Amino acid sequence: MSDVTNTFVLQARGLRMDYGQGEGLVRALDGVDLQVPAGETLAVMGPSGCGKSTLLHLLGGLERPSEGEVWLQGRRIDQLSEKTLAGLRRHTIGFVFQAFHLMDELTAVENIELPALLAGRSPRAARRRATELLEQVGLTERATHLPSALSGGQRQRVAIARALGNDPLVVLADEPTGNLDSAATLDVLRLLDSLRSAGQTLVVVTHDARIAATADRLISMRDGAFVEATRLTRGSSVPLGELTQLER
Amino acid sequence: MSPVPEAVDTPIKEPSLGYQLRVVQEVVLALLAKEPSHGYQLRAQLQLALGPLADALNAGQVYVTLNRLESAGLVTSERLDEADRSNRKVYELTAAGRARVTEWLQDTSWPKPAPAQFHLKLVAAAAAGLGDPVRLVDAQRHALLAELAAVQRTALAEPAGSVAGLLLEGIVLRLQADLRWLEACARHWNAPERTVSAPQGEQEQVRRRDRS
Repeated sequence: MSDVTNTFVLQARGLRMDYGQGEGLVRALDGVDLQVPAGETLAVMGPSGCGKSTLLHLLGGLERPSEGEVWLQGRRIDQLSEKTLAGLRRHTIGFVFQAFHLMDELTAVENIELPALLAGRSPRAARRRATELLEQVGLTERATHLPSALSGGQRQRVAIARALGNDPLVVLADEPTGNLDSAATLDVLRLLDSLRSAGQTLVVVTHDARIAATADRLISMRDGAFVEATRLTRGSSVPLGELTQLER
Repeated sequence: MSPVPEAVDTPIKEPSLGYQLRVVQEVVLALLAKEPSHGYQLRAQLQLALGPLADALNAGQVYVTLNRLESAGLVTSERLDEADRSNRKVYELTAAGRARVTEWLQDTSWPKPAPAQFHLKLVAAAAAGLGDPVRLVDAQRHALLAELAAVQRTALAEPAGSVAGLLLEGIVLRLQADLRWLEACARHWNAPERTVSAPQGEQEQVRRRDRS
């Protein structure tokens, strides 16, 4: 185990990802280094095709890099067996997808408790936790609704609650508001902001400026590489009053 | 009432003073349209409307503005209670002040949104080979996103239905529009063979940069 990897929940070194070969070779990621400390929310922005979703897949062990390393809480994960990886994803990583990926035939609360049940928790403990999470995302009254009876924003909040179900080390969100209108986006935005305040480690990949602006740190990507990074919290460097332009 | 000494004007830079303070002058006039009021009451109303953004309003500004309005004949003032040692005056609109308010309400001028300066900065940087326009766009996007983050957090902290929240929403939406335009800038300047067309008649084209 490396000496530096323990201080970060998530760490990537020299990540490269190629798809196809020969003439058709596409380099989706080209030498990405990343360190995410515990409790940080990180937003990755960039035009479509810049490699940001690929990065998220590699960080979550959904794909393996062509080159480079991924470390999760001091453990190198890019070379683990498929079985070990699957267990790791179930227990320590929460995923949120653009298309929600809820089970249509399960109610909101059943969707949320499913990962805990799969991880071997007792039905009672799983239900208790799911009920807490429903409250956290403001959907207590929707507990017994099927996804089809929920709005897009509510579905995504259920999906986020599900991602939090096993108290993951990190939540990875891929365009969480990509399918939502602006009102629903605002709901998800408030939820992400509360997760940031609560100290949840989170990496969100997005093209939505408002979602990105909820993060502690922002990284922009282009052509498979990081091009710009900015800390968005650590005090406000912007004197708000200047924005009114009432007086200069 | 004695006119305001000119010295009051000096701390603020000249070019922006006229327009920016004019706005506030008319707001103060409009706030007096319903009934005569003390300066501190006007200030409280402005602070409520601006919420977390009220720091744009320095402490004495309302009084400076009232003095100007008075010397311009748009308001009159009176001490209601001569025994009041706080010396508080009550201000009232004159007919000319009321006419000015009416005119202001009907005025549809609007801050000009065209980001021509930044556009020209990119064109100039590309033409002169001073730097990669895409990098300038990246830096600008991140600066605006930091602003958006600050404003958005302030907006989220406002109670539902807050009137200042509405102003914050306006700022958020404008920043979003600017950020969308910067994305368009990034797409444009990131295109492999981007050139800036020279004026009609000169067929020479200015190449943006080498992309080897």
